[in-house]
Amino acid sequence: MVGITSYGAYIPRYRLKRKTIFLAMGWFNSATAGVARGEKAVANYDEDSVTMAVAAAQDCLKGCVRDEIGGLFLSSTTAPYLERQNAAICAAALALRPDIRTADFGASLKSGTTALITACDAVKAGDIKNFLVCAADSRQGKPGSNMEHTFGDGAAAFIVGKDNVIAELKGSYSITSDIIDYRRTQEEKFIRGWEERWIRDEGYMKIIPRAVNGLLEKYGLKIDDFAKVVISCPMGGALKGICKKVGIAPTQLQDNLMNSVGDTGSALPLMMLVAALEEAKPGDKILVVGYGNGSDVLFFEVTDQIEKAKDRIGIKGHLEQKKELDNYAKYLVYRDLIPVEKGIRGEETSPIRLSLMYREGKTLTALMGSRCKVCGTPQYPKQRVCINPDCGAIDQMDDYYFYDRIGRIKSFTADRLAFSIDPPAMYGLIDFDEGGRLYLDITDCDPDSLKVGMPVRMSLRRRYGDKGRGIYAYFWKAVPVLEKNV
Amino acid sequence: MASGIKNKVAIIGMGCTQFGELWDKSSEDLIVEAYKEAAEDAGIETKDIDAAWFGSCFEEINVGRGGIPLARALKLPNIPVTRVENFCTTGTEALRGACYAVASGACEIALALGCEKLKDTGFGGLPDLGTGEESKFYYPNLTAPGMFAQIANAYFAKYGLSREEGKRVLARISWKSHQNGAMNPRAHLHTTPSIDDMVNAPIIADPLGLFDCCGVSDGAAAAIVVPADKAKDFRPDPIYVKALQISLTPATGIGHQSWDGIHLESTRVAGLKAYEEAGIKNPREEINLMELHDCFSISELITYESLQISPMGKARDDVESGFYDLDGKIPCQSDGGLKCFGHPIGASGLRMVYEVYKQLQGKAEPKERQIKGNPRLGLTHNHGGICGSLVCSVAIFGNEL
Repeated sequence: MVGITSYGAYIPRYRLKRKTIFLAMGWFNSATAGVARGEKAVANYDEDSVTMAVAAAQDCLKGCVRDEIGGLFLSSTTAPYLERQNAAICAAALALRPDIRTADFGASLKSGTTALITACDAVKAGDIKNFLVCAADSRQGKPGSNMEHTFGDGAAAFIVGKDNVIAELKGSYSITSDIIDYRRTQEEKFIRGWEERWIRDEGYMKIIPRAVNGLLEKYGLKIDDFAKVVISCPMGGALKGICKKVGIAPTQLQDNLMNSVGDTGSALPLMMLVAALEEAKPGDKILVVGYGNGSDVLFFEVTDQIEKAKDRIGIKGHLEQKKELDNYAKYLVYRDLIPVEKGIRGEETSPIRLSLMYREGKTLTALMGSRCKVCGTPQYPKQRVCINPDCGAIDQMDDYYFYDRIGRIKSFTADRLAFSIDPPAMYGLIDFDEGGRLYLDITDCDPDSLKVGMPVRMSLRRRYGDKGRGIYAYFWKAVPVLEKNV
Repeated sequence: MASGIKNKVAIIGMGCTQFGELWDKSSEDLIVEAYKEAAEDAGIETKDIDAAWFGSCFEEINVGRGGIPLARALKLPNIPVTRVENFCTTGTEALRGACYAVASGACEIALALGCEKLKDTGFGGLPDLGTGEESKFYYPNLTAPGMFAQIANAYFAKYGLSREEGKRVLARISWKSHQNGAMNPRAHLHTTPSIDDMVNAPIIADPLGLFDCCGVSDGAAAAIVVPADKAKDFRPDPIYVKALQISLTPATGIGHQSWDGIHLESTRVAGLKAYEEAGIKNPREEINLMELHDCFSISELITYESLQISPMGKARDDVESGFYDLDGKIPCQSDGGLKCFGHPIGASGLRMVYEVYKQLQGKAEPKERQIKGNPRLGLTHNHGGICGSLVCSVAIFGNEL
């Protein structure tokens, strides 16, 4: 049996009410009133598709042995690098083994479902026992556009394997079509689309029913056989039309997250699948439809292992952990859409040494320090000489990872002199419950909420974007967690 | 057992420029001004100098690397000139080099000069520090006020002060320094804001506001050092070096939970060693004045405790009772301190010595700044680097052998 053995998701903390966008830009395009409902998730200034994918994978890997992962696919149309494998960055951050197969999937909005099918095929072929599949997107619509309203940011992750399967992949069906509904070239930041009525009628409403019916026919199934149908379709009108055409009842239809998160591109069908699994019962059949230059349809059957996987933060947990971003201008700055006066501290960027980044890869990307074999003190970064003043042993260290440890704020400040895209810069000394101390940036919280003793967890973030030299540097920051979640 | 530096060398001349935003002065101007005053004060000429130590911290900024800036400005005639840099202890390090060289007998007249030209950097506050290649990746964008603001928050939490209470204690420290600085013509800042003005000032790094932070200044200061037994050949009132200590915490505070995030271990250790070197048994009773590294109000507060002048957690009582005021038991920052005299990094340690030197000679100017009761022993203190890995210097000077 091959299928999903674990799932996880990530939705960034900030939610922007579409009304806030409309109040700022509706004067320019009053037609956006039609989509100015609900809210969308917005990645923080220090997040991108790689960091969100890692966050979803952290959720997914809870309780799993990382050394058992034999492959990683990352699906995204907005991965930060066009050359330099983004999946390799994720694999490094997740401290996966080096002898694994990795690949980036992208360009199409259905790349998430394609990656999931491909991973299942790889596991079926037998070489790789457990495959991690991540999908994340943070697509940008032009200010004043419908897409600016509808697009949202988020990520999902699955482990595909043979043992302890919670949802077996029973079959799939794909079609490819070079329909040029949405597109973006290498040179562009914003997505372009053709007339939405055409996309609705010729795209979603024709391609998806064809694909779904193809799968039903292939496996001799009826649509009524499915407890849930996940359709990656952000357009309400099109979704209604599809349901009518295919005969999907409202109770079967999985919420498309448009009111709460937005269209998360290649991650959308996978995030919806996570939400479906959160509510699923053994024996449920779930149909998943990915859309983009064609369509992938996947057919899952939930097993009795499902209950074991329900301690994830998932979609449900992340939907609850939110903070309204009530300022449109702030959103534009977070997404680097308007220039701001950064001052000399923001402008001066000394060159990043790539040879150093590579040499210290695990230190920087996987938050690896060391633990003294003699006195047991965890320390970061890794040391040759033990930092414990009462020990001082030389070359007696084991590797020790901090990425999944809980720490507490020992001291902190909210610094208005230090440069930050979202001032004040918050940072502090973090003492880990199991030992070790780090100076860390603190993110995803309000300065007034910081207290000595507050528990924090580790989150990978983009720390530097050096546009002049084409480098993004990632590092871990502390994010406050509720005491009950420690 | 090392015999230490006590009574082996003496300072026979000192100079200190006006500190401030000296837009119209170059580092050459500052070096020459500080040196001229020191040489005239000592009654020596350039050709008499056997060796020189030059302190500057941010060498990239118009001052330059190595000993060349000093040698070139003064036309030092092919003598050894060494540049030293050790964060905010740089000026004291320059003096330490000169003192050790004279004490060893390797030279007889040595010059220590520190200079910094911060106001050509374009930064408000200090330029961002590069502290080793990797740290850029894993330290936050630490600023100096941000590092000390953390100490303030940890101190308030440990000793149960509300943010408001804590800020008032800190403001009282800065208030005292403003009162002193206002009387000093060479100081950078001459304003006398009220405690309310300070508490309500814009926040720089919470909880520290504008008046919790020292001046960022240009300036230079210089000292001329000779063997103690030759000092009276130059002047009747030389000032003797009683102790010179440096201590550096090896990043323990950043990486090990043994540090309480408040008290400065390198200051405690340097203080203890300096008291021992100087033969001081009870610093609170024996020391007559102090120039502490008040880069921020909180750093002065915790230094009172780390130097064991005030009991741990009790410095507030001494601050509020006026113990450290100009007319208190141990006047601190009688010249205005870093707070108001200003803080050109490489010069600051020597500027503090300049103040102690003048006070111990009874020559502080103008006269209303002179500490009453014939002070005999003065202490200077610097710390710099990263909180949790601070380098600290403590030096003690006396007017008697």
